[in-house]
Amino acid sequence: MFENLDQIFILLRNMVLGYLPEPLRPFVSVVLGVVAIVAIFPGLFALTTVFERKGIARIQNRLGPNRVGPFGLLQPIADGIKSLTKEDIVPTTSNGFIHFLAPLVLVVAVFMGFAVLPMGRNMVLVDMDCALLFYFAMGASSELAVFMAGWSSRNKYSLLGAMRAVAQMISYEVILLLSGLAVVMITGSLSLTKIVEAQNVYSGWFPHWYIFTPWGLAGFVMYAIAATAETNRSPFDLPEGESELVAGYHTEYSGFKFALFFLGEYLAMFSISGLGSTLFLGGWSAPFSFLTWVPSWIWFFSKLMLSIFVFIWMRGTLPRLRQDQLMNFAWKFVLPFTLYNLMVTALWRFLGDGWERWVVCTVLVIAGYVLLGRVSMRREHFGPRSYRYAE
Amino acid sequence: MSVIFWLISAITIAGALFAVILKNTVHCALALTVAFAGLALLFLGLDAQFAGFTEIMVYIGAVAILVVFAILLTRGSETPKDSVYSRFPVAGLVAAAGVFAVLGWAVLQSAGALPHAMQMPSATAKEIGYALVGRYVLPLEILALLLTVATIGAVIVALHEKEGK
Repeated sequence: MFENLDQIFILLRNMVLGYLPEPLRPFVSVVLGVVAIVAIFPGLFALTTVFERKGIARIQNRLGPNRVGPFGLLQPIADGIKSLTKEDIVPTTSNGFIHFLAPLVLVVAVFMGFAVLPMGRNMVLVDMDCALLFYFAMGASSELAVFMAGWSSRNKYSLLGAMRAVAQMISYEVILLLSGLAVVMITGSLSLTKIVEAQNVYSGWFPHWYIFTPWGLAGFVMYAIAATAETNRSPFDLPEGESELVAGYHTEYSGFKFALFFLGEYLAMFSISGLGSTLFLGGWSAPFSFLTWVPSWIWFFSKLMLSIFVFIWMRGTLPRLRQDQLMNFAWKFVLPFTLYNLMVTALWRFLGDGWERWVVCTVLVIAGYVLLGRVSMRREHFGPRSYRYAE
Repeated sequence: MSVIFWLISAITIAGALFAVILKNTVHCALALTVAFAGLALLFLGLDAQFAGFTEIMVYIGAVAILVVFAILLTRGSETPKDSVYSRFPVAGLVAAAGVFAVLGWAVLQSAGALPHAMQMPSATAKEIGYALVGRYVLPLEILALLLTVATIGAVIVALHEKEGK
């Protein structure tokens, strides 16, 4: 019975396809998958906006939205109606075509990332051999949309926000890739379904998730930092900081286009959390071997919502990082540590099974972290800051 | 050739054409990005998944952004006062036609040189990985050295020396 519950969406799809003639089947199968993704994730986005506002409000010792429905749960409907009926103001001197295209390119690029996430057993939209590469390619495309938004607004604050956002995103993208690379090294494949299957093994009660290994924990922490920076979430949200830059690259967007940017940002958060749980937290596999009867898609979405909760928690707790602090942190500490982590991962692979590799790798990770932190994040001079620009 | 191939080629050529016709330099850079995307789709149509996705990641995600930053940080973003078209269209046309003829001849020659019953070489990521660290390891190391030298050189050339140093 639980196997049927686990595969219920696949069974439903096969039932619908059974009513159709043979040539239409592949086409309709893909369309059904796309419709499911386009329906579920914006629905989760609506839930997350309430979750976030209530969560941050509670952290800040206030109530959050509580008027619209029971516990404010129907707030997204009110927000949706508001953003649809607002006047769409486009500045006259702005570059109309690109101003219109920027939110579209962002949302399309972000939706494409969902196509390769394995959301349950056999539940991937497209099962590719190079799935991880595809995901990062779509992430790279979304940066261009941010730049397009900021530049086409003909607004100095927007341009500044866009430049900062793009600089931050390209710095942390390298880190995202390198921390995911350790997982690819151990699994031996770029395909996300194979990565999840490699983690779906249990020794006794405990699963072989990569986060439970020393290099996996270090990799996961760096992946989480890079994910927060990639989606411009606090504490890395200087590009859209309200008190610094008005609203950064989406200043000149009103009404539904702003809602699309908002949607794009939250969807990017979902898909990067989904990828993080696929790479390090075992994707759709259960945390204990006696819990495998629970359907796999419930585990995937639970891990996703847990990651979102941690993002919201970080937003309510940590202060914002300044741009130069952010860039220093990325290039001087996290990137060298990611490369060091790759070497530790290689050592893990070649030391063979046994307790030696646990001890050696744990010691190496901790030693590397402490040494690198002491050496590279040391402030050398406390005098006035001097800048050297490239001309 | 299928309809999709013609569509993608039309997009690529249109992108490349608009990259040289448009007046505003940032528009040209964005049109070039469309051309890159078209090229990546052509790679994907040939089942070269690694090449296609790497093209998107490297060209659109890094090179296009670099081009746009370079345009914005220098004075290239001001629209030119004179026309963008050259004063010697005939010479330009002859040069372009010559280059196209040479390239076309080279491509058509190579297509005829292959036996018709050749199977498609597999270009999965695994094969590319094995090739890079097996047969082509020396070019890989030289490329890494070249990139390092280029990065250091670019920083040194662009760095504004402090006064009194």
